[in-house]
Amino acid sequence: MSVINTQISRRQFVVATASAAGGLAISVALGDMADAATIRPQTFGPDTVPNEINAFLAIEPDGSILIRSPHNEMGQGAITALPMIVAEELECDWSKVKVEYASPTRNLRENNVYGDMVTAGSRGVRMSWQMLLQAGASARERLILAAAQKWNVAASDCVAANSKVTHKATGRSLDYAALANDAAKIKLDKEPAIRTPDKFKLIGKSVARLDTPHKINGAAKFAIDTRIPGMVYAAISACPVPGGKLKSVDDAPIKGRRGVERIVKLDDAVAVIADRYWRAKEALALLEPVWDTGEAGKTDSAQFAKMYRDSLDGPLVNAKSDGNVDDVFAKTVAAGGKIVESLYEAPHAAHAQMEPLNCTARFDGDKLEIWVGTQSPMNALRSAAATSGLKPENITINNCFLGGGFGRRGNNDEMRQAIRVAKEVGKPVKLLWTREEDMMHDRFRPQAAVKLKTALGADGLPVAFDARIAVGSIHRSSGNPAAASSEVEPQAVEGIANTNYKIPNMRVGCVLKNTHMPVGFWRSVGSSQNAFFMESYVDELAQAAGQDPYKFRRTLLAHRPDFLGVLDKIAEKGDWGKPLPKGHGRGIAVHECYGSIIGQVSEVSVNGKGEVRVHRIVAAVDCGHVVNPSIVEAQIQSGVIYGLSAALYGDLTIKNGVIQENNFDQYEMVRLADAPKIEVYLALSGGKKWGGIGEPGTAATAPSLANAVFAATGTRVRNMPLKNAKLAGAA
Amino acid sequence: MIAIKVNGTEHRLDIEPETPLLWVIRDELGLTGTKFGCGIAQCGACTVHVDGEATRSCGIVVGDVAGKTITTIEGLSAESKHPVQQAWLAEDVPQCGYCQSGQIMAAVAFLKEHPKPTDADIDANLTNICRCGTYVRIRSAIHRAAALMKI
Ligand code: FES
Ligand code: FES
Repeated sequence: MSVINTQISRRQFVVATASAAGGLAISVALGDMADAATIRPQTFGPDTVPNEINAFLAIEPDGSILIRSPHNEMGQGAITALPMIVAEELECDWSKVKVEYASPTRNLRENNVYGDMVTAGSRGVRMSWQMLLQAGASARERLILAAAQKWNVAASDCVAANSKVTHKATGRSLDYAALANDAAKIKLDKEPAIRTPDKFKLIGKSVARLDTPHKINGAAKFAIDTRIPGMVYAAISACPVPGGKLKSVDDAPIKGRRGVERIVKLDDAVAVIADRYWRAKEALALLEPVWDTGEAGKTDSAQFAKMYRDSLDGPLVNAKSDGNVDDVFAKTVAAGGKIVESLYEAPHAAHAQMEPLNCTARFDGDKLEIWVGTQSPMNALRSAAATSGLKPENITINNCFLGGGFGRRGNNDEMRQAIRVAKEVGKPVKLLWTREEDMMHDRFRPQAAVKLKTALGADGLPVAFDARIAVGSIHRSSGNPAAASSEVEPQAVEGIANTNYKIPNMRVGCVLKNTHMPVGFWRSVGSSQNAFFMESYVDELAQAAGQDPYKFRRTLLAHRPDFLGVLDKIAEKGDWGKPLPKGHGRGIAVHECYGSIIGQVSEVSVNGKGEVRVHRIVAAVDCGHVVNPSIVEAQIQSGVIYGLSAALYGDLTIKNGVIQENNFDQYEMVRLADAPKIEVYLALSGGKKWGGIGEPGTAATAPSLANAVFAATGTRVRNMPLKNAKLAGAA
Repeated sequence: MIAIKVNGTEHRLDIEPETPLLWVIRDELGLTGTKFGCGIAQCGACTVHVDGEATRSCGIVVGDVAGKTITTIEGLSAESKHPVQQAWLAEDVPQCGYCQSGQIMAAVAFLKEHPKPTDADIDANLTNICRCGTYVRIRSAIHRAAALMKI
């Protein structure tokens, strides 16, 4: 039972055995990792190659093994963890593995052989593990059969290990490379069963990330690094009020400027084309486009906050209705019992991924080639076809390393612009958003307000719970036609309607309201605000009941041993209940999302000026099974920091319809000085659970922090960010 | 013509002197390891060394570095052997990686001033943003690099 060991040398394999009993045992170093698996600085390659065993795998004559990853790399470790799953069953030499992204065009051609290829919703391992184990197992069985046929022996007398098939009786062996061609022709009568977790050898080890060697010397190729012959640059400005249109723009101010070729007008944006990005950007700043912003141009955030609060009075649509909530409230009031009612709010949040959105597009006759970093390559392909008028099979999406995604890179807004501009210009175009453009034209986390009301029984436990939620609809905003007419969407109510707390009478109502601000999927999505609401509020209930917040949660979750495992782990490791200096406080939160349970204990201090300092965050996660413990640790740390920036500083205000905080000088980020110590523990329940890991860390951070602030100051914070809260200094 | 020396190579560039160094490095010289994150000297993704000093290249114009010696991430070491790079590798620091060229260049310059840094030194002096939140590992890697450099 130990915190995940991060001291990984590339020459050593830290063997971490995940056990269902909880925690992580680190055992000894093993083997030589000098030749670890590799990926090239460029993530994509030809969509088919000779020597393929199946769409996921090719075994080359030199013994190297190409594994294609159906999900992309945006920091979350997919291109290391997913190939590990294939290699687990393949019984191959990990040092010979080379990884590339799977091709969306091929996926289209071959009937979604790689699945949906969406990298979002913490779904890499969660959704693909069976498919990847199967791909590896299937290839291994065919390699064994190929060897058995060659030797004229029974397949059952042969074993595969370390990229070789060996005939047990005679000790003869053949390298995979010598068998690959025959294996490729073999059709299996039935797919082999995939192995059970107790047999895993590679899965569960902290294998070094494949992309690190290219990310310490500038070699890794992001979309922004694309350079192709004849390329020009586009700087673009869309109407500052999202949804507004371009009325007119005069290019006179930039005529004759060095390197500037022309402007391109889109219906909602203007772009300047130049031979260098800087020249394009400088020229763009000289233009004075006239926009039609309509009514949206008169709006501000205070008005939207009021709109969401007012919407809570209804009408609402029930997302859940169990038991008889109104009766129990009436009886509780009549009996003089306790009712706890609170209003919580959350502002928009921006993704602010480190690499601003950009895309390079090149037309060549009836063909189109795209360089982009997308979380949704299949949508990109379909959308590129619709935008260009070309057939999808004539379009190549070269997906690069993503400089952060967090949900922003699923809509491909920048790609559609690049296609339109390149088409008009008739040359390959690299189109790049400034940070200001990126922040003003984000698809933000929706703004929200909720009212939570609970009746407590004589024992202090909740007997009836009523939640009213007003929030922006992501489906409507992103034009998802199937879901746009729905009055409740899962992300609006997640973490509240499906709460695991045992409450006999429950009603959760929802009203979806959109403004002109585009909203989208922001790391942990609905859980990012709903976990803040719910877990802060559960603390209020514990307080009203006069109970310890950790024990109160334990009582309400007694039916869920997996939750208890996480709670007990963070309480133990986070020193719950131990004395603290004056002005310090600890807060706890636990939340389930993306198939995983995350728990956190935060420790903060608040000084006399009301300034919050976060000292330590102890997290435990139950994601069922772990492919790579080091990556899980990194993802939880990452999620915590992401949640922390939003909880401490993340304020977006709208004035005249325009986002005001449009760069890092105004939209503050946690930096080293504010980054607490973060400890990550596993509390695995195993079984059928294969949970996601990219997002849960974000969800539990704001509430554990707000609860710690309450413990330190007695002030309950019911809106983010904390920097706006009036906190009494340390008592 | 503006003369600059980047990673040991002299360049004579016919370019507007007010061009930020960042865009000269990326678009003129094609050295794309140095990244654009904010353009206002806030994030540090564009950090390079100018005469050995960590400098946010988006915030300095090429006219002001004429005749100076510039090192980018590509020029830090042959084969990624600088102790800071080795420490980054050993700790598996990068996630998306986009900020990491800047983090490494900032750390290299920092370690020259603070060969035996405490966490407090690190926190007070390194202000680059990592949106992926690799800070815990950055701290460990800096301590590891400091130890490697002593050997
Ligand atoms: S791009 Fe230079 S500091 Fe951000
Ligand atoms: S590793 Fe992604 S921003 Fe730092």
